Amino acid sequence: MTKLSLLTIGAVLAVGTVTAAHAGTLDDVKKKGFVQCGVSPALAGFAAPDDKGVYKGIDVDVCHAVAAAIFGDAEKVKFTPLTAKERFTALQSGEVDLLSRNTTWTLARDSSQGFDFVGVTYYDGQGLLVKKSLGVDSAKKLDGATVCTETGTTTELNLADYFRTNNLKYTVVAFGSNNEAVAAFESGRCDAYTTDASGLYATRIKLADPAGAIVLPEIISKEPLGPAVRHGDNQWGDVVRWSLYAMVEAEEYGVTKANVDEIKAKADANPEIKRLLGVEGELGKGLGLDNAWAYNIIKQVGNYGEIFDSNVGAGSPLGIARGLNALWTQGGLQYAPPFR
Amino acid sequence: MTSSSSRPAAKPSGVRPWRDPQVIAIVSQIVLLALVLGVGWYLFQNVQDNLRRQNVATGFDFLDRSASFDIVQNLISYDSGSTYGRMFLIAVLNTLLVSAIGIVLATLIGFIVGIARLSNNWLVAKVATVYVEVMRNVPLLLHIAFWYVSVLKALPVVRDSISIENTFYLNQRGITFPGPVLESAFLPFIIAVVLAFVAAIAVRIWAHKRHMDTGRSFPAFWTALGLIIGLPLLTYLFAGDPVSWEMPAKGTFNIAGGVTIIPELAALAIALSLYTASFIAEIVRAGIQSVGKGQSEAAHSLGIRHGTTLRLVVIPQALRVIIPPLTSQYLNLLKNSSLGAAIGYPELVAVMTGTVNSQTNQAVEAIALAMAVYLTVSLLISAGMNWYNARKALVER
Repeated sequence: MTKLSLLTIGAVLAVGTVTAAHAGTLDDVKKKGFVQCGVSPALAGFAAPDDKGVYKGIDVDVCHAVAAAIFGDAEKVKFTPLTAKERFTALQSGEVDLLSRNTTWTLARDSSQGFDFVGVTYYDGQGLLVKKSLGVDSAKKLDGATVCTETGTTTELNLADYFRTNNLKYTVVAFGSNNEAVAAFESGRCDAYTTDASGLYATRIKLADPAGAIVLPEIISKEPLGPAVRHGDNQWGDVVRWSLYAMVEAEEYGVTKANVDEIKAKADANPEIKRLLGVEGELGKGLGLDNAWAYNIIKQVGNYGEIFDSNVGAGSPLGIARGLNALWTQGGLQYAPPFR
Repeated sequence: MTSSSSRPAAKPSGVRPWRDPQVIAIVSQIVLLALVLGVGWYLFQNVQDNLRRQNVATGFDFLDRSASFDIVQNLISYDSGSTYGRMFLIAVLNTLLVSAIGIVLATLIGFIVGIARLSNNWLVAKVATVYVEVMRNVPLLLHIAFWYVSVLKALPVVRDSISIENTFYLNQRGITFPGPVLESAFLPFIIAVVLAFVAAIAVRIWAHKRHMDTGRSFPAFWTALGLIIGLPLLTYLFAGDPVSWEMPAKGTFNIAGGVTIIPELAALAIALSLYTASFIAEIVRAGIQSVGKGQSEAAHSLGIRHGTTLRLVVIPQALRVIIPPLTSQYLNLLKNSSLGAAIGYPELVAVMTGTVNSQTNQAVEAIALAMAVYLTVSLLISAGMNWYNARKALVER
């Protein structure tokens, strides 16, 4: 009987703990002392380990920004590499607090599938990569081709839609992860490899013969990529959303990693900047954060333009042009709501 | 819990209920059952609550929705309007196909290798031993990856396809051969084939009975062969061609038309067969060794040859030992086919936990469906093998 009672007590305790574990994500994160961030396992420029095994990329920097906002220390992040098919279950089950993994914001995901998208890190579109030796210069000429892709992405749906609306026949081979799909493309199993255009550029530079492959001009879909959180935790959603916007806002006002201290010290700075950096007002409090939250992000991670440049833009091996990802003031789509 | 204890059977009077072993047994069972049900109910509620809070629609309604993605191998037809339910069915068939091929091949190879291990020929026995040790000591995922990569590497690109008379093509996209197209004469043809087999079996039974009754033999084999070849041949002559063949032809990128065995299927089936065969070989060896040496010695002393002894004396007895562990290997093979997800073979796990789960985010339902299929098929295999085992079991008189 003693054993049995112990079991019963154990079960009751277990039930109690699980029920009690449902405070807000922000409180949970503060308590455990780091942000658990779901990222892509290996996508150059977005999230990939460098030669020392440290994750680098624009999606990774979003995680750092959130950590900087909460803890004042951008390094308080732990990364979980997730394949496309694992990512949503990982977020839903609470394995990660935040999914910053080149994930497309779609209506179904935002509404009925239990997630909230908080913004756009990178405006993208799906493209196709082919070998030059194929002699094809347009996606419209791919009738009868075999296409490799990663399973469980919007890519699979767009591909089906595009080929059907253009009345083209094709065969799709869907792999469990990107690396396998790329390997199959390289070996000749497929004529084309498809994913978001940014991913294609990242893939191309890693091919054995980058010059032998071209990205076709057609962009067959809209792919706004951004961080996602679990539905129903608005406070946590706000923290991630405004961490992202703080970086965009900082770029708009010319606040950079290098000059943020100088600007903060200036007495006659723009009031918008003063509010952003927490010199005036109490914007941080509303988020449940320290007032220096945005300052910490900019100081430790940088503004949006800086993380774009160093990871995927001109200052990186990918060399992707700003394009749609330029600020709204430069003719692009990146736009932060007012900080007031 | 039974009354095997040395205590007197009659219950001593005055025992307090909480000291009575019988009462304790019943009460503890009830409490345990309640606990299990309670925890199960709690977990179910917890999942429901969490999904509701996160605004995730639950239920199996998504199966009726249009799936709008494509799949590389489909045994039944589908089009852009096909539902998730049909995709599920396609995935189930793909899993069953590769498992069936794997089970047949693994059994064949396993029996041959298992018997070879016991061969008196030193070389044959050693080769079989090396095969078993190499195969079963390497993880299955490596086998699969090895075969997939080596198959792909070895085959020519589409442009340089190996072709036999423009009928068979071999390249990195697989083996393509003419596909059968059923014609109107197909049904009578199939009826003729079935009739021929039924008649052949009837002749054999009748001949056996006559042999037993009168001692006169009847050329049953030749009659049966004549029936099996003759009847369909006659139908073919009168009703016409039962199938016509759709010839593959070179398209811009791929070989178009015909039937293609994709390299993912080939690699997965080869890896599963070779890997499982090494375990089956060991089971067969153990089974044969379990049959007393006296059995084959007795057979040999009657002048029965080695091969016949093996076939009629040793293996039937060995099967009693072989079948139960063989069942486990079949079940393992079925479940291991889920590793095909790694090389892009669209089996149950790849489709349900991969694409369907991510497109609908119905993780609980998608995985529950996949689990239900594995459970059902496993139970069916198990039931079939148990039935076979019961037939082969020692008949005690």
